[in-house]
Amino acid sequence: MSRISRLASSTILAAVLCGPAFAQETHPVTGEALAEDQTFQYRLLDQFPSIDPQLVEETAGGHVARQLFEGLLTQNSDGTLRPGVAEEWSSEDNQTWTFTLREDARWSNGDPVTANDFVFAWRRAADPATASEYAWYVELSQIRNAPAIIAGEVGPEELGVRAIDDRTLEVTLTQPLPYFPQMTVHYTFMPTHQPTIEAHGANWTNPENMVSNGAYVLDQIAVNEFFRLVPNPEYWGADDVIITEITGYVINDVNQALTRFQAGEFDMMDDLPAGSYPRLEEEAPDVAHSVPRLCSYYYAVNQSESGHEALQDPRVRTALSYAINRDVITEQILQAGQAPAYNFTHWATADFEMPEIEYASWTQEERMERAMELITEAGYGPDNPIEVNLIYNTSENHRQIATVISQMWRPLGVTTTLNNYEWQSYLEIRGNQNFDIARGAWCGDYNEASTFLDLMTSNNANNDGKFHNEDVDRLMAESVAAADPGPIYTQVEQILAEEMAILPIYHYTQNFVLDPTIRNWPMENVENNWYIRDIYRVAAE
Amino acid sequence: MLATKAIADDLAGAAPIKGRSLWADARARFFRNKAAVAGLFVLVCVAAFALFGPLIATWNYEDIDWTVLGNVAEAGRPSLENGHWFGTDALGRDLFARTAQGTQVSLMVGIVGALISVIVGTFYGAVAGYFGGRIDGVMMRVVDVLMSIPYMFVLILLLVVFGRSMLMLFIGIGLVSWLDMARIARGQTLTLRNKEFVEAAVATGVGPFTIIRRHIVPNLLGVVIVYATLLVPSMIIYESFISFLGLGVQEPLTSWGALINDGAAEMNNGTLWMLLVPLFFFVITLFGFFFVGDGLRDALDPKDR
Amino acid sequence: MLTFILKRLLIAIPVLLILIVGTFVLMYTAPGSPFATERGIPPAVLANLEAQYGLDQPFIVQIWRYIVGIVTEFDFGPSFIYRDQDVNDLIGQGFPVTLTYGVWSFIVAVLVGGTLGILAAVRHNTWLDYLAVGISIGAQVLPNFVLAPILVLVFTLLLGWLPGGGWQGGQWEYVILPVIALSTSFMASIARISRASMLEVLTSNFIRTARAKGLPMRRVIFRHALKPALLPVISYLGPAFVGMITGSVVIDIYFSTGGIGQFFVASALNRDYGVMMGITVLLGALTILFNLVVDILYAWIDPKIRY
Repeated sequence: MSRISRLASSTILAAVLCGPAFAQETHPVTGEALAEDQTFQYRLLDQFPSIDPQLVEETAGGHVARQLFEGLLTQNSDGTLRPGVAEEWSSEDNQTWTFTLREDARWSNGDPVTANDFVFAWRRAADPATASEYAWYVELSQIRNAPAIIAGEVGPEELGVRAIDDRTLEVTLTQPLPYFPQMTVHYTFMPTHQPTIEAHGANWTNPENMVSNGAYVLDQIAVNEFFRLVPNPEYWGADDVIITEITGYVINDVNQALTRFQAGEFDMMDDLPAGSYPRLEEEAPDVAHSVPRLCSYYYAVNQSESGHEALQDPRVRTALSYAINRDVITEQILQAGQAPAYNFTHWATADFEMPEIEYASWTQEERMERAMELITEAGYGPDNPIEVNLIYNTSENHRQIATVISQMWRPLGVTTTLNNYEWQSYLEIRGNQNFDIARGAWCGDYNEASTFLDLMTSNNANNDGKFHNEDVDRLMAESVAAADPGPIYTQVEQILAEEMAILPIYHYTQNFVLDPTIRNWPMENVENNWYIRDIYRVAAE
Repeated sequence: MLATKAIADDLAGAAPIKGRSLWADARARFFRNKAAVAGLFVLVCVAAFALFGPLIATWNYEDIDWTVLGNVAEAGRPSLENGHWFGTDALGRDLFARTAQGTQVSLMVGIVGALISVIVGTFYGAVAGYFGGRIDGVMMRVVDVLMSIPYMFVLILLLVVFGRSMLMLFIGIGLVSWLDMARIARGQTLTLRNKEFVEAAVATGVGPFTIIRRHIVPNLLGVVIVYATLLVPSMIIYESFISFLGLGVQEPLTSWGALINDGAAEMNNGTLWMLLVPLFFFVITLFGFFFVGDGLRDALDPKDR
Repeated sequence: MLTFILKRLLIAIPVLLILIVGTFVLMYTAPGSPFATERGIPPAVLANLEAQYGLDQPFIVQIWRYIVGIVTEFDFGPSFIYRDQDVNDLIGQGFPVTLTYGVWSFIVAVLVGGTLGILAAVRHNTWLDYLAVGISIGAQVLPNFVLAPILVLVFTLLLGWLPGGGWQGGQWEYVILPVIALSTSFMASIARISRASMLEVLTSNFIRTARAKGLPMRRVIFRHALKPALLPVISYLGPAFVGMITGSVVIDIYFSTGGIGQFFVASALNRDYGVMMGITVLLGALTILFNLVVDILYAWIDPKIRY
């Protein structure tokens, strides 16, 4: 590795010195012919509110943070762990973790990246004064004292993280957590540069102020229009970075974006227009991609006091679930490789064994027949119709799915009123249980089944349907300390299916179009984490 | 006998001697204008489509044709065989039925918006113009104030704040549409106020509101009608804009704006009919209103061009 | 004249105050909060956020602070969503963009529309007239949210002549498509209005006299007919301006220009109270100013009007 990369680095160095006209000709490892133009452009749906790692709270900002900053650990293209700023990590009891930092990690202003930078950043994330919308992630990671700090009861310096020396970071958890290293990949746990933040306050993320430690630095930003990143010469792996410029364009309208992609204005876009995937795949199979993505789409049923009376009966919920023809939704509406879902946890989640759910194997006719029986048994049906209020947030896909499902429920004597709200209102209405049935989707924060199943415990803030089952609560509490939580997760899924806690609909795929000259895109990363430092552009044949 | 009959017929034929009213004159002028008559014809056809379309459609506007879903580009194209005369939308719902339903909504928005503007605006303007002086000053300042509000933005706020509903749409559109009408009505009233018939009414002790109702408003009607016909298309355009922003009527209801917007989104998928069908109705209706409005103006304006 | 302008500017103050209070009340009653996220927010964090933005204060205090901030420092406060931006920064970035393509659209609409209308009137009932009327009605009824994607499809994807969006500091190739998409319907209205008023002027007695004197047609039109014929066009400029502000929403969404139309819609949907207020106040002030300019223009052209 070292010989090849040193050779490669001298080539790149030469290339950088000589300017773009003499860009390197072949990839150092694969030997592919590289294009002269090594810039990468992509499309963003919306302007990200922040790229401050501790303040980022949505995907678009997360993608940018991953290029600008490097956490303790990062991911390989298949999503497995890879050393980042930390070279080594270990724990004897899964409760106290020690990370050894690499010596040559540098901030973009030349300062070394030390364990104290992480301590600063993590405390900052938990500190209510920072007002991070992702503070809950620190709590989720079980770091000692996190809940008390977030609640403002004790100071942030009480957080269970300390720098033993400049290169050694020690983290203490409240209970053993075997997947803690996976959690450090997340942007909330990326380091930030204390002197910069103290000097510039909220404006530290402006291009002229910003100091970061990742492969790229922020060069330019125009809100709601575009931003540009350029390589960070101080980055420890700068010699292996091939892409010389990253530009993100904010384009709200998805159809406009696709037209402009087809006109060659940029190299990558996701969030494709509803129903466009089959056409794109047919026209250009090497451009359109569909890869598994750790998100589940479901309908939450309000089981709190404000819920619809009929929906408190598991038989009614089951009948509604049976009546949904998921194949129609995945194969005729979405048409992009999504998997019909009969359980909550995404099938591609690491170490997760899919539970045996009986109705998954039935034909739709069998399900429909059983649904009719169940709803009649419960005292409803075409003779005693149920009127439900189905809410979803404004989006073409959600609208189509809701419309189709409301039609599928009609034979059961269920009339559905559709109501869509824009996102901010939607969160409030759903969070206050002002619905009968609500569209929901959950994306894993880390690659482990508990990221989904925790949602179904009764005190989880995101359990919008207020599903409550003591066995589920108990099993999920047990799973944290279990040596092999797999069977527990499967058992929980089975309870969810019996009670029909939610109506699972489908498991996501990530659909995107990518210029075929761009190589080494992490297709197998189910968390959709990409690092531009790994990709490159080959010369067109 | 025969002779008397003939005389009677003659007399009957000569009856219109009592003279034609201004309205009859205007009607005659209007019907001489070919473009206006064509426009009127188009509008009648569109209205008939909105009223009777759902009755003759073979599909309901909210039913999904499951055989079409998933293969709309092929199976959903306009065809006489499967009853989708205008094709289907992206979800396999019959576009004929949906367009008819959307026509109802859009026409209703246009007409209700124009009606609010006519009723509120005319009365407001007539009162301000008739009383004049300080009352006029205050009332017109209020209009000026409201006019400097970026109302489309306020409407967006209203729809976001109070949620999307047909009622909110009407309120939002009605809130702003009467302002211009009030100005026009006031201007006309100012000239009418000094006419002899008004002075005569005042002299005989008729109350001011009765005068406004009986003498001023009827004389404003010509201008008001012309303006209202031009207002309906702009209301329809507003609605389409609101739909474009995703703040229009709720599913499964639809409107021209929503249909056109959906169709435009599918433009690349080889399903052009989804755009062309609603756009056709939208365009011919707006044409119709413009021509009828121009025709009415020429007909009601005594200055014959 | 001067007193008239002063009076109008004085009225603007209460108008803007009403606008601020009204928008504030609307925002206050709106469901949803700028800080809501799907993952939920710990209460202590939320309390801190609200304190940071002064949302924990009583309504009256909030609105008072806001107005004082504007009056004393011309400070419209922070953005509630973009954590490192002030409303002034955001408007400072977005408004020049909107202004640039707005002014160009305005010029194009007036020049092309006016020329088209006057030509049609002068060549009344010839093919030129019919063509102009046809074009203008067609342009008026085609919504710009249909026109914009068609333009991009043709000029970007098929012909590859122009970029399909973006702004890049307002280089000319980025300005053309937005200007076309925004100006067409106003161009059409101006063409229709100027044609109608030119026709009326051409049949009036003073033009007949001028023609009878044997003046050439060209001279009659430019020296005598043009000015009175433009009067109705000028009174249309006020509504046209307001319409263009509205239209900028579509332009910003389709062409990703980064103008304030897009900021407004995004801020209303995200509950970015600061940006929403800032843009509403800005647009209100602009509307007042523009109506005033139109009135002054009107008085200048039409000597009958005295203020």
